[in-house]
Amino acid sequence: MTALDTAVDMRTALGAVQIPSPVLTASGCSAFGRELEPFVDLAAIGAVVTKSVQLRPRSGRPTPRMAETPSGMLNSIGLQGPGIDGLLAEDLPWLVERGARAFVSIAGTRVENFAELAARLRGVPGVLGLEVNISCPNVESRGEVFACDPVAASDVIAAVRQAADPAHPVYAKLSPDVTDIVSVARAVTDAGADGLSMINTLLGLVIDPDTMRPVLGGVTGGLSGPAIRPVALRCVWQVHQALPEVPILGMGGIRSGLDALQFVLAGASAVSVGTAVFNDPSAVARVHEELAAALAQRGFASLCEAVGYAHR
Amino acid sequence: MSAPITVPAPRAAHPPVQRVVAVRGRRSVNAYVELSLAAPEIAERAQPGQFVAFAVGGTLSAALLRRSIAIAGAGDGVVTVVVAPHGPGSTWLAGLREGDTVDVVGPLGRPFPLPEPGTPSLLVGGGYGAAALVGLAERLRASGSAVTAIAGAASADRLCSVEELRAVADDVVVTTDDGSAGRRGWVSEPAADRIGAAGVVYACGPMGMLRAIGELATARGIPSYVAVEESMACGIGVCMTCVLPIVGEDGRTRFSRSCTEGPVFGGDRVRFADVGTLPWDVVGADAMGVVAP
Repeated sequence: MTALDTAVDMRTALGAVQIPSPVLTASGCSAFGRELEPFVDLAAIGAVVTKSVQLRPRSGRPTPRMAETPSGMLNSIGLQGPGIDGLLAEDLPWLVERGARAFVSIAGTRVENFAELAARLRGVPGVLGLEVNISCPNVESRGEVFACDPVAASDVIAAVRQAADPAHPVYAKLSPDVTDIVSVARAVTDAGADGLSMINTLLGLVIDPDTMRPVLGGVTGGLSGPAIRPVALRCVWQVHQALPEVPILGMGGIRSGLDALQFVLAGASAVSVGTAVFNDPSAVARVHEELAAALAQRGFASLCEAVGYAHR
Repeated sequence: MSAPITVPAPRAAHPPVQRVVAVRGRRSVNAYVELSLAAPEIAERAQPGQFVAFAVGGTLSAALLRRSIAIAGAGDGVVTVVVAPHGPGSTWLAGLREGDTVDVVGPLGRPFPLPEPGTPSLLVGGGYGAAALVGLAERLRASGSAVTAIAGAASADRLCSVEELRAVADDVVVTTDDGSAGRRGWVSEPAADRIGAAGVVYACGPMGMLRAIGELATARGIPSYVAVEESMACGIGVCMTCVLPIVGEDGRTRFSRSCTEGPVFGGDRVRFADVGTLPWDVVGADAMGVVAP
């Protein structure tokens, strides 16, 4: 276990909810937290952002589901998961027993699915808030990626905000695969989002030169890892510049404390560490320590002072 | 499909650790490289059938995914693995020198379940998969089992761990596809000759071989346990990329992770013919739009 003590005040918030660390897991990159227990103090990190949960259990896609790419990977898992019943019966109680906070990622194919999931999570112990996955690229048609359309995205967020526990902050997870991410950010914030999670994976493709066919069973997949970090950082920068009052949970290729610092300086008040966990299972705790040291070296007394500093 | 005769492999006794460890020794063995790592905490926790996961390329590496390799030996503070260089990551690992350091997580995965003491056992290894059977052979002999081992490969230079198996097994058979060492042909032929005397069968190697050995054992009503070599991104159970269609204790098929629910599965629980597809009766296939025919 790693101690997360530091001289810098690392406290931050998701919406109105205080958390002790600004470094969280990323949805889809740490399952439901359980497997990280040998490597990370789950109660000390900001929160466990769960793999996206849907109403029903999902098998996910056939294999192969993964291809390594330069400084990243392409995945096509297809949202394999236990469904909301499994999450409520097993995964959330397990996290509660350990004093961990869950930021529950929810996904669906219809607006009503999202609203029902939000309602099912009202008042559930251990649930800190909701990350609304409206941007998973591994769905049957691009028309189902709500985050590519400001109107569709707003419909989902408005329904979730209305159905969700008032104490649960609702974050909209946005896709970088749009022409103008600021317009989507503005639309979902107007619809009631308490914050924004940026970014989801970028849609990508790898072809095997030997078989001369796409590597992934799902043909296309989501690109993640340090390869996408400049894209993610640009999205955070643009949205923070346009909407400085809206809290941002930044993610996309964060591997070190200095990577996380860039997101904070661009306007993120918290960050998620995703693909880096595959490389280093203790990455979430390590990034916290490195970020705290980097802030101290630069004379910041608290994380909050550094949020958006690059714009000033 | 009739009810499985195996029980799912139980979890390992100890959780894994992550350590930066030094390479204690390196030697070329045919087409492979055997690395010995000074990793006492992993060595004391390891059980036969488990694996370790390496970060490759150093701290500046653009190759992020862990490389999972079966533990070939563990004892006296040292963990041994056999690296088969085929891509950039495994080639980097194979190029490590004595004194170099590497970040390793382990031991990972579920070990081979051991039979009642004294149960005669047949062990079948394909290529470098034979390395995963050495520690198992030692445990089985120590508990009074007669051990027959079959090691096969495409050619003599692809054989692995034959000497180590000879040192511990009662009988060792070698096969090569091209006849360059031992009997010409596949491991399934000597396996069929010897399986009648076995109370349990273990195998590690390529998927086609595991299928052949698993089906051979199941047809005779003999329990078999196979260690799969699926490619994994993390090795610890968070990435969900290494799944296989596995029949669970309740008889239902799930996409199960080779890292945390395997790599050891009952040979009659792996739906080999369905690997790479999404059969309608996998739990949650209906939510993917796949319906019963």
